[in-house]
Amino acid sequence: MLGSFAVLRKQSLLGDAISHAALPGIAIAFLLTGAKNSNILLLGALISGLIGTFWIRGIIKKTHLKSDTALGLILSLFFGFGMLLLTFIQKQPNANQAGLDKYLFGQAATLLISDVWLMAIVTSACLIVLLLFWKEFKILLFDADYTKTLGFNTKFIDILITSFIVLAIVLGLQTVGVVLMSAMLLAPAAAARQWTNSLGVMVALAATFGACSGVMGTAISASQNNLSTGPVIVIVAGIFVLISFIFSPSRGLLFKQIRFIKNRRDLELHKTLAFMYNIAETHEDISHPHTIKILNNFQGYTKNTLKKLVDKQYVTLTGNTWSLTELGYQKAANLYNQQNKE
Amino acid sequence: MNKNIAVKIDDLTVAYNYKPVLWDIDLEIPEGVLMAIVGPNGAGKSTLIKSILDILKPLAGSVSIYGKPYKNQRHLVAYVPQKGSVDWDFPTTALDVVIMGTYGSLGWIKRPKQKEKKAALEALEKVGMLAFKNRQISQLSGGQQQRIFLARALVQNASIYFMDEPFQGVDATTEVAIINILKELRKAGKTVIVVHHDLQTVPEYFDWVTFLNVKKIATGPVKDIFNDDNLTKTYGINYKVSIQG
Repeated sequence: MLGSFAVLRKQSLLGDAISHAALPGIAIAFLLTGAKNSNILLLGALISGLIGTFWIRGIIKKTHLKSDTALGLILSLFFGFGMLLLTFIQKQPNANQAGLDKYLFGQAATLLISDVWLMAIVTSACLIVLLLFWKEFKILLFDADYTKTLGFNTKFIDILITSFIVLAIVLGLQTVGVVLMSAMLLAPAAAARQWTNSLGVMVALAATFGACSGVMGTAISASQNNLSTGPVIVIVAGIFVLISFIFSPSRGLLFKQIRFIKNRRDLELHKTLAFMYNIAETHEDISHPHTIKILNNFQGYTKNTLKKLVDKQYVTLTGNTWSLTELGYQKAANLYNQQNKE
Repeated sequence: MNKNIAVKIDDLTVAYNYKPVLWDIDLEIPEGVLMAIVGPNGAGKSTLIKSILDILKPLAGSVSIYGKPYKNQRHLVAYVPQKGSVDWDFPTTALDVVIMGTYGSLGWIKRPKQKEKKAALEALEKVGMLAFKNRQISQLSGGQQQRIFLARALVQNASIYFMDEPFQGVDATTEVAIINILKELRKAGKTVIVVHHDLQTVPEYFDWVTFLNVKKIATGPVKDIFNDDNLTKTYGINYKVSIQG
């Protein structure tokens, strides 16, 4: 759901950076408390995720680095630091340490009822904020400078959106894990964009796609032994994207290709017809028969196009000659006029 | 002159890093003029508008609208950004974009209702885009997109309009349509300030002009100051010297 905003802001990698940045937070929270209470670990993730995000913004603003450079830098820096801490933790004589690495790839099976409740509460909070500030979110995403001139505090809206993206990511960490979380954020949104031109529909669709991949992924991984849930969920989400790219009616590759081929064929036909029209015009009688051989001079001509012209009743064939019908003449004349206009 | 001063700028200086983009600009724009801001690329034309509107933070200087700071007068001012400043592939319709013009008067959280929609439809009609109201914005031509932006500013029902190159990349028909709307605005007593590139059309379209090249070169009625002398000062070889100075 929130992924839609990340995609539309062209900050797709932000999700990736945030989820990686959350790792040291988890490790530090564990080191400080020595317990594996998932709420505290997530709090740590949230804090370091937010720090990472604001550092990224700081870097972009203060230096002349491009945003992808800043993202990459923070991403690897935090992830490296997190891994360092994880290996450090593994050397510690603490029985609780096992299982921290589940945050890397996620493990839905480790979710407790309380975790699910937390997710439900945060999701509804997101939903309420989204509905309340819908108008503000929308205009900020479309035209930030203009939003400012209308008197809105753009910084506030911006921080609100970013915070919720971070929150959503941190919550998803337990299920999908650090490495794959960004796919979960972006895939549903990218898939949804293919089907609609309305922001509202896009967000709703993205939420549906996300939920569906979550449910289906979990079901598949539960029915097959030892398949980790996170990757399966991401693969299901990926399949949604693939299907959307290929089959969406307006933007999909399939229909685009079909339209492309059809347009080309039409054009070929029109060209042949126009050529015939030129020849026919030299005679007073438009239906005067001409030999098919003449058409060989014209490159676009094939037997196939001729047959199609006959099918459309623009042309009649008798033996080795063709002649334009009244209908074909009119059609060609119209084509001619159109082209002259342009 | 007994006209009110719509926009007054004092000592405005703006810099990216260490290089000044605008240097010590003093400018008074009287109410009810249709003014062009002209100058070569990099002269700071867009920057001037953006700093008046508080989008960019100036190093120094102040801007007042009808004698009060801009912050208290936002509702009197409408802005038409450069067309290229937004992503036109954004999933929304022409009508939706125009309705955005009403967001400012709505304030936080409140949703646009029938009244706002009606105002947006009227603005669309004024710019001749009513037939395209449900069109996805990426499927509009450059000229149509520009008109949508203009309609969005019209909906704000402001007294002062700032426009950043509204004629960029539009065809002759659209250009005439837009300038007619601007002239109507002036007739209604509004003040319109336009960043403009085509020097040849300045005398035909505008009655007021400001020459800008980092510093303000000249400002005043077109018939008085639109001459070779000021053009050379703004565009001629001298300007390199004036940047260094």
